[in-house]
Amino acid sequence: MNTTESPAGLEPASTAGLASHGVPSGENDGDLDPFSNPYILIEAESSRVRFDLRQLWVYRELLYFLIWRDIKIRYKQTLLGAGWAIIQPLFAMLLFTLFFGRLARIPSDGVPYPLFAYAGLLPWTFFANALTNSGNSLVGSSSLITKVYFPRVIIPGAAVFAGLLDFGIAFLLLIPMLIYYRIAVTWNLLLLPVFICLVTLLALGVGMWLSALNVKYRDIRYALPFLIQLWLFASPVIYPVSIMPERWRWVLALNPMTGIIEGFRDSLFGGKLDVLTTLTSAAMTIAILIISFFAFQRVEDSFADVV
Amino acid sequence: MSKPIIKVEGLSKRYRIGALGHTSLRDAIAGAVRFPLRSLSRENASAENTIWALKNVSFEVEPGEVVGIIGRNGAGKSTLLKILSRITKPTEGRVALNGRVGSLLEVGTGFHSELTGRENIFLNGAVLGMTRREIEDKFDEIVAFAETKQFLDTPVKHYSSGMTVRLAFAVAAHLEPEILIIDEVLAVGDIAFQKKCLGKMNEVARDGRTVLFVSHDISAVNALCKRAILLHEGSLILNGPTREVSAYYLDTANKLYSPITWVDFKQGKCDEIELLTAGIQQSGLNTTAVDCRAPFSLTFEYETRKALPNSRFFILVRNAKGEVVFGTSDYDLPSEETTHRRTGKFVSEVNVPEGLLKAGSYYGTIGADIKNERIIFAENDIFQFEVFESGDDTLAERHKRVGLIAPLLRWQTSEAASKPQD
Repeated sequence: MNTTESPAGLEPASTAGLASHGVPSGENDGDLDPFSNPYILIEAESSRVRFDLRQLWVYRELLYFLIWRDIKIRYKQTLLGAGWAIIQPLFAMLLFTLFFGRLARIPSDGVPYPLFAYAGLLPWTFFANALTNSGNSLVGSSSLITKVYFPRVIIPGAAVFAGLLDFGIAFLLLIPMLIYYRIAVTWNLLLLPVFICLVTLLALGVGMWLSALNVKYRDIRYALPFLIQLWLFASPVIYPVSIMPERWRWVLALNPMTGIIEGFRDSLFGGKLDVLTTLTSAAMTIAILIISFFAFQRVEDSFADVV
Repeated sequence: MSKPIIKVEGLSKRYRIGALGHTSLRDAIAGAVRFPLRSLSRENASAENTIWALKNVSFEVEPGEVVGIIGRNGAGKSTLLKILSRITKPTEGRVALNGRVGSLLEVGTGFHSELTGRENIFLNGAVLGMTRREIEDKFDEIVAFAETKQFLDTPVKHYSSGMTVRLAFAVAAHLEPEILIIDEVLAVGDIAFQKKCLGKMNEVARDGRTVLFVSHDISAVNALCKRAILLHEGSLILNGPTREVSAYYLDTANKLYSPITWVDFKQGKCDEIELLTAGIQQSGLNTTAVDCRAPFSLTFEYETRKALPNSRFFILVRNAKGEVVFGTSDYDLPSEETTHRRTGKFVSEVNVPEGLLKAGSYYGTIGADIKNERIIFAENDIFQFEVFESGDDTLAERHKRVGLIAPLLRWQTSEAASKPQD
């Protein structure tokens, strides 16, 4: 957004009184030029992109209210409300345990398979829901976009952050499971917030990009479920990375969800963290986030005309 | 004088017709295959499929001014507001805004029907740019203004539409930016509430805040703004005192808008009666701006393909609020033609006397029915016209009275014959 807000722009001109009453003030009159340091400057569309984080800060409360709205509405409209947050990963875990753990006997790095699957499903479910919700968020907010100004990133952003509550609720189920399977937590647990952070940033990056694409190409809505399904099988949710031959693991690591899910499990079960995979995933996440933020800024001016 | 709070310089906005709205990925891929050298995002727009919604518009607004922006639909008013509200970017030109901007392009943006009144106040306030502190501070005032205290914790979906509008306007009315941009939001709600809103807007203006008010309701602009800007087909035509600008607007309406005064209809909507054209005449001219001090007529041409005995044509005229001002039918005073209703082409002219309607916008519906049986056809809002007062202030006074019409009636008053006294 090449719109700037400067707090100093509000100062009344010190030369008041010089211009006669009723006559518009001189346009090139130094202090009287409204374009010298204006509070808000609106300029023609350009491909110039400014990394304007201050705008985001100004509108932080709107972000908060939109997250709050998303959560409120979902819990008001659904019968089971918060229950869905647990049902989704829980049933996926039961199915995976039956088919992949029992029947296909996929190894699980020494952790009981249900726990292994659930610990992978937690970040995965959050990620998949965040992509779905944020991918469709801009199109679903067309009434807001065409009527009010705010940094548009807030919309897919709110959709991602609102999912963190569900994640938190689903996480609670992990505690009795850890106790039941007698898994002792280690100091690795302190690393968990890092991976939660990473998965949120990744969801933000991919979701932002998908939401912008969806405004222009409505095919995204239909491609999304398919994309998410493919991504699930490309990520170590059902299987551990260790079933891949060592020399091919770097390919898996290019998928940032690999490092995140593996790191998630290692933090919970005290496994040895694969530093290289983690760093690759973190780097990929940051790269995706930055690229998609710039791509988003480039097209966000046109949303109101297109949506 | 201080520096202008709003300065608009050479503002233009181009829209690409056809490219408006979303494309499908398939088209984009097909396009990339056919024109591999052209970038997907910046296609060269050829002149024939673009329209300039705004062309080189420049003006200034001083702090504390209340400026009206008038013009027909499609004149570029909404585009100008959207640019000033930063919803869309101009194609050319620039704008300096020296203050916090609050814009109200719609009542109740962001309202969600599942949320309660209380929750919507906070959400809508945040959407309009208020901070949580501001909303909390003004909460009681907002609720009092909206008169919906007892329903505060009821989801808005159970509200009547009037209540929703009142609540939404109440939030908006408590915005306190230095520059307030308003788009015809007053055209909603009941009359008492509209008055309250107008009062609130006047208060806002008196507080020294700058207001840009867009409307095609000339009387509202006259009531609120000292200065007005007239837009026509994207260009700024006139910028000056409201009275002059609105007089010019109404005066030139014939010249500027003559092509659209006669409506041409698509064929074959109804196989019994087909409306051919419709228009309004005053003093022998086609017009959409009617001087209330002279009679005018609503005229339409139609073809009946079937003899329809006992059918009757009617016209319903509604005001800008959607209230029916009057209904009239050719059955009221039947003539030879209307009783037989033969097949053929006919022209009907309905004469409306002078000094009857209030100043404002009107919409006329034409229809035909067979009494107590069925409606043959009805075309909504065929006639769209603006009634204005050309007389002096004393005569203009009656347009502000209560009542749907403001007839100029003759009063005959003479001294009562007094009893002879001794």
